[in-house]
This record gives sequence, C-alpha cells and structure tokens, in this order.
Amino acid sequence: MSEDLKCIHCGNSCGKSPILFECNPFCCSGCSTVYQILHTSQLKQYYQIEQMPGIRIEDDKRPVSETYAFLDLEKFKSKILLFSDGQISKVSFFIPEIHCASCIWLLENLHSLDNGIIRSFVNFPKKEINITFNENEISLRQLVELLVSIHYIPEINQHSIEKTPTDKSDRRLIIKIGVAAFSFMNAMIYHFPQYLPGHEFLEADIRRMFGWLSVLLAIPILTFSASDYFLTAYKSLKMKMISIDLPIALGLVTLFTQSLVEILSGRGIGYIDSLTGLVFFMLVGRWYQGKTYQALSFERDYKTYFPLAVTKISNSGNTTIPLEELKAGDRILVRNQEIVPADSTLRSGNANIDYSFVTGESMPVIKKEGDFVFAGGRQFGSAIELTIEKEVQQSYLTQLWNQSENPFKVENKLNTIVNRVSQYFTVVVVLIAIGSGLFWLLNKPEIALFSFTSVLIIACPCALALTVPFTFGSTIRQFGRKGFYLKNTAVIEHLYKVDTVVFDKTGTITNAQLSGIRFIGKELSRSQLQLIKSLAFHSSHPLSKTIFNFISGDELLEVKEFQEIQALGITGVINGFRINMGSRFFVTGEKSDDDILNTEVWIYLQDSVAGHFQLENEYRPGLHELIQNLRKTYDLHLLTGDNDSEKSNLIGFFGSEKNLHFSQSPTDKLDYVRKLQKEGRKVLMIGDGLNDAGALNESNVGIVIADNVFNFSPACDAILQSKQFARLYKYLRFTHQSMKIVRVGFLISFLYNLVGLSFAVQGNLTPIVAAILMPISSVSVVVFASFSVNLAAKRSRL
Amino acid sequence: MSVIFILVFVAIIMAGAFLVAFIWAVKSGQYEDTYTPSVRILFEDPQMKENSDQSQLAEKSQKSEKRKKEKAKESH
Repeated sequence: MSEDLKCIHCGNSCGKSPILFECNPFCCSGCSTVYQILHTSQLKQYYQIEQMPGIRIEDDKRPVSETYAFLDLEKFKSKILLFSDGQISKVSFFIPEIHCASCIWLLENLHSLDNGIIRSFVNFPKKEINITFNENEISLRQLVELLVSIHYIPEINQHSIEKTPTDKSDRRLIIKIGVAAFSFMNAMIYHFPQYLPGHEFLEADIRRMFGWLSVLLAIPILTFSASDYFLTAYKSLKMKMISIDLPIALGLVTLFTQSLVEILSGRGIGYIDSLTGLVFFMLVGRWYQGKTYQALSFERDYKTYFPLAVTKISNSGNTTIPLEELKAGDRILVRNQEIVPADSTLRSGNANIDYSFVTGESMPVIKKEGDFVFAGGRQFGSAIELTIEKEVQQSYLTQLWNQSENPFKVENKLNTIVNRVSQYFTVVVVLIAIGSGLFWLLNKPEIALFSFTSVLIIACPCALALTVPFTFGSTIRQFGRKGFYLKNTAVIEHLYKVDTVVFDKTGTITNAQLSGIRFIGKELSRSQLQLIKSLAFHSSHPLSKTIFNFISGDELLEVKEFQEIQALGITGVINGFRINMGSRFFVTGEKSDDDILNTEVWIYLQDSVAGHFQLENEYRPGLHELIQNLRKTYDLHLLTGDNDSEKSNLIGFFGSEKNLHFSQSPTDKLDYVRKLQKEGRKVLMIGDGLNDAGALNESNVGIVIADNVFNFSPACDAILQSKQFARLYKYLRFTHQSMKIVRVGFLISFLYNLVGLSFAVQGNLTPIVAAILMPISSVSVVVFASFSVNLAAKRSRL
Repeated sequence: MSVIFILVFVAIIMAGAFLVAFIWAVKSGQYEDTYTPSVRILFEDPQMKENSDQSQLAEKSQKSEKRKKEKAKESH
C-alpha cells in the first residue's frame, strides 16, 4: 500500500495502515463512521460534488454522550429555538466547519438522514444553517447530536443564544440606496432638457410639471435616504462638535430650499438632480465601507468560551443546571475535555488542567485534592469533582474582562481624520458664504442671498465624505483577501497611528502546539515505534498525544500493567517488554539539567534507555525578518506568561532584553499596556489567548492570531491568519499608503471646491454647473480612491 | 406635446413598480446570501437520480475546474 494514501472522507494522510471500508481507505474510525452513515442513507453524492470534503475530528475532541444533555432543558430549548408550536420548530446554528459545496449539499439533504427534519437551508457566507424540524420525531438534542455524528459541530454557547436574530440595518441601507437611485435617475430625466440648447422653447406647463415632480422625488430622499446625515449632524452639534455630517446636512437643506424657491417663483427647476445624486453616491460609499465578515466574530468574550450548563452533584443524583444558577458551595462534575466554569477547589479525581487558552502555557498543570482551580482551564483525563468557591461572575478571568473599559478607544473614534478636516472645512465655508453674501449686499443686493446659498451648495463636502469610505473600504478588501480581517474601517486609521507593538509569546510568535519533534538516540525499529505508540495511546497527556500522532501506523498492541505516574510519566508492559516514558529523572534516574530549553520525553525500552524525543517551541516562520523590519519604525515589547527559559533565543530576535517581560499574569499585561498608553504611546497588541483578552481590549488596536479564523478568538479589532503572520509588517506599512491616498483624495476634492466656489462667490452658479461639477467630483474621487489602493496593493505585493 | 404628460406618468409608474419590487426583494431576504443559491442551483434534484453517469461526471469536472480557478485566484 502506498504511503500517501489519502482518506476519502477528509483528505488527510491515512498513515501506514488505513481503515478500509468497501475498499475505501480512511484515516480514522471517525471518518469511516461518517462515510457509513452517509452510505446507508444514499447520500454518497457528498463525495462526488467535491473531492474529500469531510471534516476530521480528533478522537479526544469528540463530544461525549452527555455533552448536549442540557439541550433537553426547557430553559435552553426556548432560548435556542427561533420558533416552536410544540411540533414544528425552527432553529439556526452557526457551524464554523462549513467550507464547500458538498457541505451545502449534505446539510440541505439532512431530511434523508432523519424523517423528523422537514427542511434545512444553508447560508454559506454566514456559515449558518436554518433547520425546520418536527419535535415529535426528533428532539433538539437529537438534532444536534445528528449534526455532530456527521462531524458538523454547531457552535452553541452563551454568546450565540443571546445574540439578536438578524441585523436589519444592512437591509435598511440597501433599501435607502434603492430609493435614492430611483429618485436620482428620474430627477436626471426631468432636468436633462434644461441642459440642451433650445430648452427655452419648452412649454411652461411641462417645465412646471418637471419641477414639481422632482420636488416630490426629493422628499423621500431627504426624509428617508439622507435621514442619518441629519440625525448625526444634530447629535454631534448637541455634543458641541462639528462632524463631516454637519456641512453635508447644511448643503442638502440649502440645495432643497434654493430649488424650491426657484420652482415656486418659476425662475428655473433647481438642483434636485444634484441633490439626489449626492445622496446616492454617499450612500453607496457608506455601503462599500460597511463590508463585514459575517462569519467572523470580533466581539466574543469569556461567555463564548464557557459552557452553557454544568453537571451538578447532589445527594439525589446528578442534574444538569444552567451556568448562571451555579452558586458558591455547589459540587460539580467536570468530565474529560470540559471547561472549569468558575474558580473552585478540587474535591476528588486526578485533575490535569490545561490552561493553554488562558495562559498560553502548553503544558497541563496537575492539581491535588484541596487545590485551588481557576476558571477557564480544560480538564484532561478522567472526570473530576469540584466545589465552587466563587460564582461565575466573580471569577478571576471574568473580572479581568469586565474591568477593561477603554477610554482611549472612545476618544479615538471622535478624532478621525475626516472629522478633523471637516471642522476647519465647515468654518471656512461658512465664512466664505457670509463674506460673499456681504460683498454682494453692498454691491448688488439682489444676488446677495443667491451667492450665499450657492457657496453652501457647492461646498457640500460630498467628495470629501467619499474619499475615506472608498479608500479604506478598498484597503479592508485587500487585507481580507490576504487573510487579515479588520473589524471596521476605523481600525486602519488606528493602525496607521501605532508606534508601539506588544507581542505575546506562546501561540503568537510561536506555534500554538509544540510542533517541532525529533528523536535523539539510537535509531528505533518499526516494531519499537509501534510499542511506543501503543503505550502513548493510553495516556491523555498532550505530550503523549503529540508522540502518538508523530508515529505513523495504526496497529495498537495490548498494554498490560499500565500506570500513569503524575508529573513523571507512564509505564506499561507490551509483549513482555516493560516500557517507561516520561521525564529524564523518571526514566534514567539522572537529574535533568536546569538550562534545558526544550521539553524532552525519555524512553526506556527493552531493558535500556533508548533516547529521548525532543519537542521544541517552534517560532513562526518569518519571525526574524518581521522583527528586523518592525524594529526600524516601532518600539517593540514582549509580554509572556512563561518563565525566562527562552530568554537567550528571544534576545536573538529582539536585540535586547530591555522590553522582554516574563512571567506576566493577564492583569500584568493589561497594566503594562495601560502604562504605555499613559506615556502617550499608541499601542498595537498581538496575542491569541484569553489571557491576552484584557490587554487586547485595552490597546489601541488588538490583533488576534488564529489558525482557524472562524473558531474561537477573544474580542479584538482584527484577526490575522496565522500563516500570514510574517506579512504583518507589510500590512502596517500599507496603512501608511492608504492614508497618503486619503490625503491626495482630500486635495482633489478641495480643488473641485475651489473651482466651484469661484463660480459661487460670483453669483454665477447655474444648475448646469452644479449638475456637472458635483457628480464629476464624486465619481472621480471614488475612481481615484479605489484604483490607487488596488494599484498600491499590487505594487507593494501585499 | 401633451403626450409627454402621459409618457412621463407611465414612466414614473413603471419605475415605481420596479422600486417596489426591489424593496420587496430586499425585505424577503434575497440579498442576505448571494453565494449559496449559485451553488444550490447546480445540485441535481433527488427525483432525477437516474440521470446518466456521464452528465454527473461532466458536472463534476466542471466544478473541480471552477474550484481550481477560484483557488488560483485566491492564491494570487
């Protein structure tokens, strides 16, 4: 059998001994089970639409039978179900694993798997499935377990059940654009005859009708489409500030009144075509800027990570209770792979707690009975019994989250470049308008009012308002294509201002898993490797898992007298040979050197020490170059929860140890970022785990590194795909280019304003000048912004 | 020239009808997901399972080609 046989379900390598079912190779029994389910339900087309579309679930990640027991509780059922009349129910799940056409096909054919499912509908961009089912035939819990059985695990947590169904603001904006387009197009038709020679021969009745029709068209524009501009202008005035919306609102109102006056007096038909056009372009800009990554979540907090329900132990037996009903003093059961929901003490069982999500530390911590266990850790191994010390809301981790209210971010929001510019802009325009009004009042009083309004009309900063949405909108799209997802366009400006970069170590500049692994010692034969693999299989310790996965092959031998000795290693007898695996002290009896930087697993096999596996914290590729580049312009800092065993390596990267800080608790990290900000720094924090959550939130920009961007990530401003890590410098540099483009865009729109104002102050602003100048300035700025961003992206090989 | 009056009103009523249709389309959620329907339409109806293998194969190869193109685009 060839080495690179691929699992027909998930496409992973099958290793040396694939599992066969009907002559099809599988990498693991999980994949083969899914295949069999689909096979018996006549759903084999799943494998024909896309090659190897399936999802592999590691055995230790598989939810146990009790995981979804809480879905039988009425309390959760009513929260999760969108609709239910006791029989027909509707539910919507977020499934991060949805990735291809086969997924859509299978999930929309769920009714073939169970008759209780009436209809299922996939929304691919949102990675969402909507299911209508009959509760008499299949319960919510069974439905979820069905999805899990075919490896599509829905995300069910506090966050997903509290979230409001669908955000309607998007739809509203699209309707506003539709209405604006309708009015714009029709108003243009009515105005067009005015711009042709011989329009003065047009019948007066027709002209009047055109005038009144365009006023009618302008009414929905002002009251509906442009309502946001008036609202925000009013709001910012109330806060004694001038935002870009104020001159826009001013311009729109003057345009409309001036047009109304002209139509009433029969002098002309006004500027309604310009008015509707401006609103249309600005709304399109707003829509373009509002690009969102629907399937990504930037707002997750600890609630997303914590379970919804826990198993409470009482004298009458075990019951499942919702998390918020958990009180101090309660006894709870935490099974393999489950999360400790609140600070508690260990009552019984072998606690082997993995805090990697909280601290970034990859080694699990062993706890003894009576020890204190912090919330957020994940138990590995057998079930443990805990006594709750503090309620969920008072846990260390929760507190950390709640205390980070960031005043800097609010301040930043109001201080964007476009608002700064518009402050001066508005003042200058109003001064010019008054000036020219006064001038004509003294010289030619009949056009004084007209020149005053003309200035306000022509200076409507539409082009100005379009520059930022289109430049930043294009930038966000360019970034998104390259695996760097921003929460919104404001983040670009914050990235531009950053002068200090703070890194987290584990999971950020190193790979999350201990991935570098090699064996040092005499070479092992195939059968010896199989012995080691078989022994490692029996332990749930992450190091055993890593070694188990490192060795290929699937033949597992029977292990006798297996014993796991905490903090030391494992031992067992296979085929009459005793095998020991574990720390150097455990296997060889020698004390391990203190200055060893790497994690080692020693092996005692067939009456001798065979050698050891060396596991290394692998730094992300391209780290060195990235740091070298960043050092030129940014002040670099490193905060890590680990001890300083890697210090010498890190100095190699960062140059000096001045800004390297070891053994930092989550609160220390938060305080450090605060301290930097007090010094006036603009801080960019890059992290990955829950332990960085406070600091990420606190910093001016928080970037999360994620292997799978759809899976859990703490609240942040941007998510960076881990394989794009090395390009971070390019992204940061590119924000400078974007800002340059914004500035040039501003310059262009000022030039247009200059030309327009020269007409306006002379009292020469005719409808035709307005009708030509205003759309041209908008369109040219839009074209310039999007085109130059794309060109710059190509040039800098983003 | 009075025919213009009629024409203008006919035109605005037609345009208005399209606007109403557009608003209905948005409200009924047709703009929520602009990707999935494009995939869904290529699936075969369950009733037509007897379709010859050839057409299935042709569709399959088309799709895999399309996918390759997409991937190529992404990697650029």
